[in-house]
Amino acid sequence: MSHSRHPTRRRLLQGAAGAATLAGIGMPAIVKAQSDAIRIGHLTPLTGFLGPLGEYAQMGVRLAAEEINAAGGVLGRRIELVMEDSVNPQTASAKAERLIERDKVAMIIGEISSASGLAIGQVANRLKTVFINTGCNSDALRGASCNPYMFHIEAANSMYVEAVGNYLLRENLVKGKKWYTLTADYAFGHDLARVARNFLQKNGGQLAGDDLVPTDATDFSPYLLKIRQARPDVVASNLAGNQITNFIKQYAEYGLPFPVAGFGFDTVVAWGAGKGNFSGIWPLVWHHLVDTPSSKKYVEAFQTKYGKLPDNQSWGDYHSLKIVAQSMNEVKSADPQKLAEHLRKGAKFDVGKAREAYFRAYDNQMIMEMYAIRAKAPDKMKDQWDIYEPLGSVPGPGEDMEILAPPKDGTCKMA
Amino acid sequence: MQLIFLLEQVLNGLLVGAYYLLIALGLSLIFSLGGIVNLAHGGFYAVGAYLAVLLAPRIGFSGAFVASPILVALLGIVIERFFFRRFYRSDPILSLLLTFGLAMVIEQGLRMIFGAAPLPFAIPPEFRGQVLLGDFIYPRYRLGIFAIAIAAVAATWFIVYRTSFGRVVRAGVQNPDMVGALGIPLQPYMTAVAALGVGLAGLAGVLLAPISGVHPAMGAEILTAAFVVVVIGGLGSFWGVIFAAVLVGVVRGITIYFYPPAGEASIYLLMALVLLLRPRGLLGERIQKFE
Repeated sequence: MSHSRHPTRRRLLQGAAGAATLAGIGMPAIVKAQSDAIRIGHLTPLTGFLGPLGEYAQMGVRLAAEEINAAGGVLGRRIELVMEDSVNPQTASAKAERLIERDKVAMIIGEISSASGLAIGQVANRLKTVFINTGCNSDALRGASCNPYMFHIEAANSMYVEAVGNYLLRENLVKGKKWYTLTADYAFGHDLARVARNFLQKNGGQLAGDDLVPTDATDFSPYLLKIRQARPDVVASNLAGNQITNFIKQYAEYGLPFPVAGFGFDTVVAWGAGKGNFSGIWPLVWHHLVDTPSSKKYVEAFQTKYGKLPDNQSWGDYHSLKIVAQSMNEVKSADPQKLAEHLRKGAKFDVGKAREAYFRAYDNQMIMEMYAIRAKAPDKMKDQWDIYEPLGSVPGPGEDMEILAPPKDGTCKMA
Repeated sequence: MQLIFLLEQVLNGLLVGAYYLLIALGLSLIFSLGGIVNLAHGGFYAVGAYLAVLLAPRIGFSGAFVASPILVALLGIVIERFFFRRFYRSDPILSLLLTFGLAMVIEQGLRMIFGAAPLPFAIPPEFRGQVLLGDFIYPRYRLGIFAIAIAAVAATWFIVYRTSFGRVVRAGVQNPDMVGALGIPLQPYMTAVAALGVGLAGLAGVLLAPISGVHPAMGAEILTAAFVVVVIGGLGSFWGVIFAAVLVGVVRGITIYFYPPAGEASIYLLMALVLLLRPRGLLGERIQKFE
């Protein structure tokens, strides 16, 4: 054994070096260092049950930075991204602080978990730096936890529920119907379940059951059996991330006959479900079939760069950076105070939708159109990406866009 | 009526137990013989699932079902030859660190090659459908998993308890020095056991890929539950693992029936309880080298 000891140890060391290189991927990735560049922090979960979405978030923001720099940058300076994995609320908070104080970023974009988003928002407020939330849906972030430095390009839970609710009402799935919901057991899910309950109550639907599902659950069979026993008229998902993939797959496996709907959704997790599994009506903040010139341009640019279709998450991170670049150019400064003021003054932005969007001053929520989609029958799908058809957009052309937004109930008090 | 629903959860717990068993069995085997706590076991499970997704369009699901565990077992042989082999006699903390690192390398490797998004994969149409027994429902695919898990357990039992190969393996668990003194080199047996254990993880990966998300962290997700099963059953106990897998499946199902948020927590509570009352697990044996 001893004669072979030396070479194998070397091989082991090489393996360790390889592992260290791999681990290095977790370190902050600074895209092109340049001293006079404007640094933008990007913080989002890359691991865990929201990891699949975080990857698309990074793709979106990278594409935006590339386009902005190719067009001459902002105020003649390049955009430089400092990107990190936010992991969990504690880490997200620590990393946000480090990005602002050590890396001197001009502002932060990102996050998907509502629990981590709250933590980053608090840091942003304390250090007076703009944070644009691209994936946290909790109404609470726009309510009791709102602050003048936290902006939301991601729609609030209320907006998702109103958007999909509009179509569920048209399909006659609400009034007098029995609903069974599965809810992700963390900040986002609890908040969404509350909004969904209010929606059902307001429109004459009944809640036959609501089960909290731990975020690390992979087997849904006990929940599916309970649903089957309750015999509801509609099964609705308040789940998040990988949970939705597992739910969709196993719901199809058990072949339950009840129609499915969702109050929160991400395209990536449905693309990952596999042929013949996806069903139901779901809301989206944006999808790749939205038929506007700027939306089509985005889809094309994304496909050229990454060879696949963009999802709703990448849309948020892409447009956030575009909005920041446009605003800094307009106010001719990278100062966070001026940026925050400009965003709050109701500046209009093209975010790939039929109507221009703006942040409302009450809670810094982006006011915009929302969409709903319906799963396609398996035999009508052209390929693995072609899993849904658009149902349309809300509010209607004549309606005020703000009708979707969370009610101005006075819980948000900007200090 | 209530009681029937509860009974349904209990019976379903058996199926879920099969799901845990497939992963826990290999973990238990590798630990029993080599004393290696294989934290990378979930990684091999994930590799098995990814191989299934890659191979199924080319050689069909049945082909992937055969090929993928074999390929994962071959990977196990390589890993045993270059890594595990150096740690059989050393402090368990070293192999723990090694396999922890290996698990991260596998997960990040999958993320770099395939991306973080789940890969689409579904139950092949010929295995879809449900079996209705009175008021109870069983997906055909899950019954298939159950049957295969039983077959895998039976085959493993036969190898370990009814062959001369198994006799050497069991002797090696109790007293490796004596086996060596009798002139039997234990090394090839260790390699074979690692291949078998890791291959079982690959088998679990193929079988579960159609019903759970195929993404890089799928191994980490399932690993803790598999460990709980091994610890509850008792380290080194063949029947303990089987009993514990079923127990975990049933306890989880009943908990979700009454109080869904505690679904995942229930299995950890069960483990804590077992460790308090019987620290070596329900059917754990005394193993000389771990005393």
